[in-house]
Amino acid sequence: MNDRLRADRVRRFVNSLNQARTLGLSVTSATEQQLTLCLPYSEKIIGNPETRVIHGGAITTLMDTTCGSVMICVLPDFELCPTLDLRMDYMHPAEPDRPVYARAEVYRLTRHIVFTRCQAYQDEGDPVAQCVGTFMRIGPGALPRAYRDLITGGEA
Amino acid sequence: MTSEEILKHTRDTGDFMPLLESIPYAVFIGLHCDRFGDDIIFRLPPKPENLGNPVLPAIHGGVIGGFMEVSAAIYLMMSQDIFRVPKIIDFSLDYLRAGLDQETFAECHLTRQGKRVANVMITAWQKSRQQPIATARAHFLMED
Repeated sequence: MNDRLRADRVRRFVNSLNQARTLGLSVTSATEQQLTLCLPYSEKIIGNPETRVIHGGAITTLMDTTCGSVMICVLPDFELCPTLDLRMDYMHPAEPDRPVYARAEVYRLTRHIVFTRCQAYQDEGDPVAQCVGTFMRIGPGALPRAYRDLITGGEA
Repeated sequence: MTSEEILKHTRDTGDFMPLLESIPYAVFIGLHCDRFGDDIIFRLPPKPENLGNPVLPAIHGGVIGGFMEVSAAIYLMMSQDIFRVPKIIDFSLDYLRAGLDQETFAECHLTRQGKRVANVMITAWQKSRQQPIATARAHFLMED
């Protein structure tokens, strides 16, 4: 699988998640080592109207989606892995009017579990948030064929 | 209304509408709250935009997290003497069951209130409170 295929699969997967589409999440880069997604700024997801800073919940969704998609870049077959847990640290409020990026990597892969970590940042500046997320592998067979084909584009 | 007036209004009347409308993210996911005496039950009615996994279908795990985070912040503003949105420091979330495309509820407990930091436990469920779909705990900074 090359990086273009990885990005295509992640794009199709992210677009199949209503909430990710509603937030406007997009793929910035996808390699075998890591995946970066982008959350555009929007007034709809402000948490504190006085500062216009976006709510932590939107960053949680960005990071959950990035950690939950990074295995698409790593595993040869598409598997949907449900989240077991997420541990988030909010280090810095995200500056208004600018996108937030999340870069995730798989740091350990076992037969049943995917261990991921992720950093959220703006323009390569200080990290906005950091998280570790653990996901369960339910296997490629647990998904309907049609949905798998939708994500992989029918190849493999 | 200023945020202080909104909070006073909510504490006095139990009417959460102005408070919820002042937080765009709460409107975005469709959060509701109801007060029963001193208890607050947070409610997230089904909403197609909140879905993640289209196969089940299930609510996006991030939305469940966001729902619990915003609930914990409102709970603190209602139960503590603060007039601004407390800052979240960290958040630890265990997903126990798939959150199906149904109404979801949450309640919060103050585990510990220190001078500057509060620790809140949050439980979310759907059909039965005895079968939570997620549990979480969060630390909040109460002042700058």
